[in-house]
Amino acid sequence: MSEIAEGALRIEGLHKYFGKLEVLKGIDLAVAEHEVVCLIGASGSGKSTLLRCINLLEPVNAGRVLVHGEEITARGVDVNRIRRHIGIVFQAFNLFPHMSVLRNVTLAPTEALGLSKRDAEVLATDLLGRFGLADKKDEFPDRLSGGQQQRVAIVRALAMKPDIMLLDEVTSALDPELVSGVLDVIRELAESGMTMVIATHEMGFARDIANRVCFLDAGQILEEGTPEEIFTAPKEPRTQQFLQSILEAGRM
Amino acid sequence: MWLGGDPRLPEADRSSKILGPMRAEGAKGVAIAVVSTLVVFSLLLLVVVRSENWPAVRQAFFNGEEFRRSFPDIARKFGRNIEFFLIAEVFILALALVLAVMRSLPGSVFFPLRLMSIIYTDLFRGVPTILVVYLLGFGVPSLALPGVPSDAAFWAVVALILSYSAYVAEVYRAGIESVHPSQVAAARSLGLSRWQSLRFVVIPQAVRRVIPPLLNDFIGLQKDTALTAFVVAVPEAFKQAQIFQNADFNFTPLLAAALMFLLITVPMTRFVDWLVERERRKRQAGAAL
Repeated sequence: MSEIAEGALRIEGLHKYFGKLEVLKGIDLAVAEHEVVCLIGASGSGKSTLLRCINLLEPVNAGRVLVHGEEITARGVDVNRIRRHIGIVFQAFNLFPHMSVLRNVTLAPTEALGLSKRDAEVLATDLLGRFGLADKKDEFPDRLSGGQQQRVAIVRALAMKPDIMLLDEVTSALDPELVSGVLDVIRELAESGMTMVIATHEMGFARDIANRVCFLDAGQILEEGTPEEIFTAPKEPRTQQFLQSILEAGRM
Repeated sequence: MWLGGDPRLPEADRSSKILGPMRAEGAKGVAIAVVSTLVVFSLLLLVVVRSENWPAVRQAFFNGEEFRRSFPDIARKFGRNIEFFLIAEVFILALALVLAVMRSLPGSVFFPLRLMSIIYTDLFRGVPTILVVYLLGFGVPSLALPGVPSDAAFWAVVALILSYSAYVAEVYRAGIESVHPSQVAAARSLGLSRWQSLRFVVIPQAVRRVIPPLLNDFIGLQKDTALTAFVVAVPEAFKQAQIFQNADFNFTPLLAAALMFLLITVPMTRFVDWLVERERRKRQAGAAL
């Protein structure tokens, strides 16, 4: 079994319950190396939970998640080691408010990867510069705009040099005028070949950036295909309905 | 959890500062306040001093000569109270943090540790501090165990540490629980271990939030160093005052000791008030962004 055949990420029959509520009802999804997969669907359809399961922030009840062929949901797997290779960015940024931007970025590389402080700072400064945050490195998070905070959160995840990035509605908490800056950063990541799974409400963006779009409905992937297929000729009535409602809300 | 003031209350109800309402009226307001204060306090003083029993009260409680005689000794012995306080505080801050962390550990594996922490806090918060001081201060030295200190003062300080750790652990715990779970999620998602998340992300934020209530417990501890008076051989300020009181049949030395405590606790209290106020303003500024 070669690693290339395995792809970057494979999810098999994933079930997740919160108490008696089944939020993921058997998800199967394979993501190839350098592929960008967008998850769309109404709030509560399971997009966020799916991302959190991939990162092992939520234990799964049934099914498997494989990263480069390794079953990360197996018993006895060192979750800290796994998470170092999977970056996740949250809707609410979740920056550490008591640390400067630079320390936010260097914390995990120094403590989890064992990088020296100097190496971590070089890495962080370089990344912050690349994303237009060079002059913000000594600021504290609450002095930054939402868009800047979210870019810092992306940089913080990237500083771990992850193989896969998971983005959980990263623009949903932002004022409209700040959204494009963050989307540009993600576009740049996609162009650099980062493997990504993105939960998003930005349909125009998903259409632009995704190699593949999955429509989640009530904990299942109801329909998947190229952006072209999903956005111009959706087959399932639920998908059509969802896209229609998005269109009416002027979000397309 | 107490974080200094209830954020739900409207602004007017929270401005409890003495000088608050006066500022708005400017210089005229200050003048009026000074005059009215002088009048009220002078009247009160006059009523007290001119009352029939004042000479007797003065003789027993506000005796200038007695004060001059006892105060220097009491002030010197107060150094011991400060020493007890400082030693106890260091151990309290450390032990309480361990207790709070033990109690916040998740999962069934750590149930025994959680249980231990809960039993400890219940026990020492539920028992009067003076009782613990008595029990250890008299009890342990009476055992005359080899290799165990037999100094009552040592055990009195241990008693203060045990008792106050329970309170301070609860303060820490409130702080730890106030850190949003998304902070832990962010830390863990970066590959930091549970312990690293606690150390770098949760505890620093928790401690910052509970500094005002922690300082309140400092003040309580500073006062409660007087409890050691009941067991120690070498007197601290309160016991020294009692010695004077017993010898001279006069209560002025006790007031002299009280004065020493006030000299420390009042500035500390004002400092805490100032910290709470500053914290509140910072939060509001943050919310306004």
